[in-house]
Amino acid sequence: MSDPMKIRAKMNGDVAEIRVLMGHPMETGQRKDAAGKPIPPHFIQSMTVEVGGKMIVDGQIGTSVSRNPVFGFKMKGAKSGDKVVISWVDNKGDKRSDSVAIA
Amino acid sequence: MEMNVTRRTVLRGAGSLGALSALIAAGALKPAAVFAAEWNKGAFEARDSAGVLKSIGAESATENNKLVLKVPDIAENGAVVPVEVVSGIPNTTSIAILVEKNPLPLSAYFDFSNGALPEVAVRLKLGQTSLIKAVAKADGKFFIAQKEVKVTVGGCGG
Amino acid sequence: MKYRIAIMAALVATWTGPVLAQEKDPTIAGIEKYREMLGDDNPAELYEARGEILWKKADGPNRVSLEKCDLGLGPGVVKGAYAQSPRYFADADRVMDIETRINWCREKIQGFSSADVKKKPFGSADKPSQIEDLLAYVVTASKGMKIAPPNSHPKEKEAYELGKALFFVRAGPYDFSCASCHGEDEKRIRLQGLPNLTTPRDTKASHAAWPAYRVSTSRLHSMQWRINDCYRQQRFPEPGYMTDSVNALITYLAVTGEGELYKGPSLKR
Repeated sequence: MSDPMKIRAKMNGDVAEIRVLMGHPMETGQRKDAAGKPIPPHFIQSMTVEVGGKMIVDGQIGTSVSRNPVFGFKMKGAKSGDKVVISWVDNKGDKRSDSVAIA
Repeated sequence: MEMNVTRRTVLRGAGSLGALSALIAAGALKPAAVFAAEWNKGAFEARDSAGVLKSIGAESATENNKLVLKVPDIAENGAVVPVEVVSGIPNTTSIAILVEKNPLPLSAYFDFSNGALPEVAVRLKLGQTSLIKAVAKADGKFFIAQKEVKVTVGGCGG
Repeated sequence: MKYRIAIMAALVATWTGPVLAQEKDPTIAGIEKYREMLGDDNPAELYEARGEILWKKADGPNRVSLEKCDLGLGPGVVKGAYAQSPRYFADADRVMDIETRINWCREKIQGFSSADVKKKPFGSADKPSQIEDLLAYVVTASKGMKIAPPNSHPKEKEAYELGKALFFVRAGPYDFSCASCHGEDEKRIRLQGLPNLTTPRDTKASHAAWPAYRVSTSRLHSMQWRINDCYRQQRFPEPGYMTDSVNALITYLAVTGEGELYKGPSLKR
């Protein structure tokens, strides 16, 4: 089971700042294990950020993103208390969604 | 793949997320399916920057100093290199980030809407010293900025 | 030849005036900028979240949680316990660092065997160990609190003195001691600065930053690991997990670095 995401969302003036930390190996498929066998790719392929029920970021992700990915976004038109929902899906079909209210 | 693309197009065509939500609520679609289909396989599996730029339609991208790429000059470790892209180009709707020397250069591609500012912070893996390229799409045109990050080899300590 | 010219040029450049001479080494400045850009988002938070669940979970042969564990400030008190460690525990008649104490609770409260808790204390990137998760949870509850190991019980003072003595013991095939690398200001191995752990100044900054998530290994590293691995790097036989000598060295570092506000777990290269 995947780790819950750590989402931070706060207002800075009229801009909402959203940062997320995801627990994921982001395996490239280029590495080999100790026995010399290639480690199959395992990485987040898609992620979305929804604020107040509207999608603000629709992201496609590749294997160059670091293990335990961190993303930062900003938006205008949100307010304190709005719900931020972040979701991801990886290449094996595993997925996760977590949410937080903007502070 | 084709079917998914078609479905996505239909969904996008349907317009509002409200309509999507209704579909999801009705059990017609799992949330994941809404965006899992859009991963641009061709672009993400392209083996060089030129191939990536072609796949995303940006082969004629021009440099623009309003597209700001912030990277460290030196990375203490290539496994985690912080990269920020901020586009000051009006009507920017998408940003792509490439690591030129990586086996699969396209790292991420973001579409912004509904008030999202066209900027993003990510952490990328660099197999070696490499140029980082940021591509922005605004009003159907593509712009590019690039900078080199030197990857050092660490010792012990900590 | 080219290199020699470059070195000569660099030497000449540094002698041309005080302004140039005072400029920071661009590599060091670059690394500082890199660290600054990395910011606060630390995968150690994922460990902490798992650790909290684990702390509260009825586990082990006894099917009880660790919520009654006494980390030094009374049964069940997690907040601040790490900042006031290592300390003497009468029930164990030993000075223990926080990791040793959590494992003691896993044994005594949850019923794990001593072999169980020592089996695989240092996890891998793909399989973090449970103690690393628990440790992350416990230390994070001391964030922002002053490092204040009691150092008052005779056994605590003894541990401090033992740790200090061990720090300077030179032996092994390289004739090294901890102080060989960590006994002078401004030393470094390649790009890594080495804190002088005989002075409060460097020890404060260093001790307040551990445990640490290291991006090069994608792992959270504990002080138990750090000290054992330092000995490995000295080509010493490793003193071993949760041994009195390691706990004594940790006591020495905590006391030398006392007074600093705890800011770990930190993010390192």
